[in-house]
Amino acid sequence: MKLNLVLRELHRAETALARNLRRAAERHRVEHEVHHVALDLAEWSARHVRDLAATARSRGLGLDAHSADRPGLLAPLRTTISELAVHRPEPGLLLLRDLRALHRTTAGLSVDWELLAQAAQAARELDLLALAQRCHPDTLRQLKWTNAMLKVLSPQILIG
Amino acid sequence: MPSRDGIAEPWGTRTPYGPGERWPTRVDTRLADGVTADDVDEWVPTASVLHSNGDGLHLAVKDGRVVGVRGRADDRVNHGRLDPKDLFAWQANRSADRLTTPLVRDGGRLVEASWDEAMGRVVERSRALLGDRGPGSIGFYTSGQLFAEEYYTLAAVAHGAIGTNHVDGNTRLCTATAAAALKESFGCDGQPGSYTDVDHADVIALFGHNVAETQTVLWSRMLDRLAGPNPPLLVCVDPRTTAVARAATVHLAPLPGTNVALMNGLLHEVVAHDRVDHDFVERSTVGFADLAEQVRQWPPERAAAICGVPAEEIRHAARVLGGARRLLSTVLQGFYQSNQATAAAVQVNNLHLLRGMIGKPGAGVLQMNGQPTAENTRECGADGDLVGFRNWNNDAHVADLTELWNLDANAIPHFSPPTHLMQMLRYAENGSLRMLWVSATNPAVSLPELARVRSILGQDRLFLVVQDIFRTETAELADVVLPAAAWGEKTGTFTNADRTVHLSRRAVDPPGQARADLDIFLDYARRMDFRDRDGARFPPWHDPESAFAAWQRASAGRPCDYSGLDYDMLAERSGVQWPCNAEHPDGTERLYADGKFFAAPDYCENYGRDLVTGAPMEATEYRAMNPDGKAMLKAADYVPPHERPGEEFPLSLITGRTVYHFHTRTKTGRTPQLRDAAPEVWVEVSAPDAEAHGVTEGDLVEVSTPRGSVRAHARVSAIRPGVLFLPFHYGYWDTEAPPDGDREHHRAANELTMTDWDPVSKQPLFKTAAAALTRIAAGDRPAAAPTTGAATPLDPTVPATTGGPAATVQETHAAEQTAGGAR
Repeated sequence: MKLNLVLRELHRAETALARNLRRAAERHRVEHEVHHVALDLAEWSARHVRDLAATARSRGLGLDAHSADRPGLLAPLRTTISELAVHRPEPGLLLLRDLRALHRTTAGLSVDWELLAQAAQAARELDLLALAQRCHPDTLRQLKWTNAMLKVLSPQILIG
Repeated sequence: MPSRDGIAEPWGTRTPYGPGERWPTRVDTRLADGVTADDVDEWVPTASVLHSNGDGLHLAVKDGRVVGVRGRADDRVNHGRLDPKDLFAWQANRSADRLTTPLVRDGGRLVEASWDEAMGRVVERSRALLGDRGPGSIGFYTSGQLFAEEYYTLAAVAHGAIGTNHVDGNTRLCTATAAAALKESFGCDGQPGSYTDVDHADVIALFGHNVAETQTVLWSRMLDRLAGPNPPLLVCVDPRTTAVARAATVHLAPLPGTNVALMNGLLHEVVAHDRVDHDFVERSTVGFADLAEQVRQWPPERAAAICGVPAEEIRHAARVLGGARRLLSTVLQGFYQSNQATAAAVQVNNLHLLRGMIGKPGAGVLQMNGQPTAENTRECGADGDLVGFRNWNNDAHVADLTELWNLDANAIPHFSPPTHLMQMLRYAENGSLRMLWVSATNPAVSLPELARVRSILGQDRLFLVVQDIFRTETAELADVVLPAAAWGEKTGTFTNADRTVHLSRRAVDPPGQARADLDIFLDYARRMDFRDRDGARFPPWHDPESAFAAWQRASAGRPCDYSGLDYDMLAERSGVQWPCNAEHPDGTERLYADGKFFAAPDYCENYGRDLVTGAPMEATEYRAMNPDGKAMLKAADYVPPHERPGEEFPLSLITGRTVYHFHTRTKTGRTPQLRDAAPEVWVEVSAPDAEAHGVTEGDLVEVSTPRGSVRAHARVSAIRPGVLFLPFHYGYWDTEAPPDGDREHHRAANELTMTDWDPVSKQPLFKTAAAALTRIAAGDRPAAAPTTGAATPLDPTVPATTGGPAATVQETHAAEQTAGGAR
């Protein structure tokens, strides 16, 4: 069965999303709502990673439960660069690029959860189905958030 | 006639009453020394403007000057009573330092100018920006203290004529979460309850609401119930030991930022013990299963560990709430300005929906306001909403407004929600917003992280227009200053926190060249030569009464329906609650009495937002979730605050009000009785924290956060250990040498607050900061803090706050009144 492959991919993608959310938060320190909410949402992905690792362990698959727990080494540098450019309009385009990338990553992740849920139902793997039902709604909320921030922020950035 | 010291006794003499009885009348009067009621030429109707309670009163006028105030016995809100600020602050209107002429910036200095010169500059810059950068380069930041006619005019000018999405009010700081929570639960703004619910309730629960200091007359009503037969039980949630907490049956003092955890713990008990009105929930709500699942995960022990409140106290409070037969809940800044503001306020709505306690006498929710006219900012569309609670995300609502204004189909921007203040400020910071017009508010003291705010408002590239009655800290940064008429010097209507509309008539002339805010906005529209699609002048109205008539048409058919009101009726009857229309000619005491809500997908103001991420829901999602327009139970998980105490900054800092001041003290600091009652900033410290830092009552201390530091004298009080409190009223206009650089700013509480806001309501979180306390020097006297409210000292030898002979207030009790004087 290839379900373990799906679990590995989900683990990789959730770890990456947590990292990318934190990086976006640091890079856009002066965009306060993006900064704070992105950090909160990174915690959701870190929780998913722990949940994935626990479920995987019971299936004999080793996944690092803490791969998404810590911010990266360059965090202070990214924050400082953001603060130095606080009066400049140019980081706005970078913000749109980052939100767009987050949106695409999250969309892919959402599909992966969908795949896991479908396969888990077909295989009657109820622990995997429960895992998907716990985590996937969060992914959809993360997805709506990136979309909403793009909608709200883009007009001023692209016209202003 | 009995009298009292209006400073020493903010709540006046008790007039006890029992459940279901009429609250007795007590008329408070304060006239200038040497003036008696017989000397007064005219009593001009209005209502209070230095809080949100909406107490009906008359201004006493003699020889063209205001000489005092008297509460209206026939007013439904106050039955004659007045707040200390109402009793004395009218004196500030005639301060010698009122703005009396426009000012313009020349060579780095503000110099006097004519209206033509000042408005000419505003118009010139507006035209240049519209030509070069478009309407998104212009923003408006207004108030919670103007009149409905003025907000409606500003909304028409900004959203309609200019076509900018950037319009907000300082209601963002005070009441945005009330509006957001009502929209989330009921699909639309609009206060469900009524102050008369105090007369019937058997349990009153105050969530982060220090009513004793924010709405003193409402607290008097509660005190009179407490003093009468069969008094209500009181539940208080507040980290400070307020006057409310001292009177409470149960006082929960959670750590700042943990309200959602606490509410989930309370709701856990309500559901676990099945104190749920299942018929009501089934008939009138959606979302029960999700909420029940969320709160199932919150046994009181889990909530207790996060909130720092004993689990048994949570259980006790839940028993009181769950056992209530007529439950009245009120909510204010302890929830609205804290972490997860809207999510927490929504849980209070959930409590009432679960218990089926809404729309009935004594069973209601009051999501309170902080300011006198905040409700109008919201309903008139001057605060990040569209006119008449229209839905920015519903094309039919926007088209309806376009039609009403007779503008081109695409005139009103609605590609996203109207821009909230904190985002506008960010746009000014990055240079994409180049003109900001500030009316009747003082962001240079009232916004969080003041060093940042000053750096934004002080930019050369930002054209800052400030319209005010005094030369505020913000006016000092302006390019053009416009002198406005104050309350009592202009006519208009305004609406309090329980939907009561009052008329406020012009009693005296404004000083010098000062003009009514309405006239200033209309003058701008004429000079800009705004036109509707048929070439007629826009807005078409020209004075308060024609503006009111236009607003009535805009409100007709919406929840905030004013179509049945007029100026004469309001002058005659004093306060009337909206909706007031052909169906409800006398107004409406309680919304949702029939279990029907303003939540139908085609009618609602808003499709709601994710309570954690703030992402707006779309129409299709809303239709699927709530096709029949029921009330919505919405669950929220707890998310920790974004700044928490740690090694370097071990304490939690919160900010707030005192009973004697309003906002940045522009009026109350110019009122001798109020100024002297609370003359200087202080910091409240608990006894254990004081001891740990070697601090005693009156010592000079420094409070610091990662953003700055404030020096203040310590008031050792019964505040929750681990928490510091600073009043936010004190800025720099009355310091001896106004500071030059940021390093000299050590008085305003907002030097310390962080830039963070609730993702749902966009209300700044003034009650999230990690702080350190350092003793600087011994004090030679107690802190100059009031002894009457939450700042009550632990040291019993501290002299009580009094006002002396200058603060004498006459009280007329019901028995002494002539027949027909009270209804």
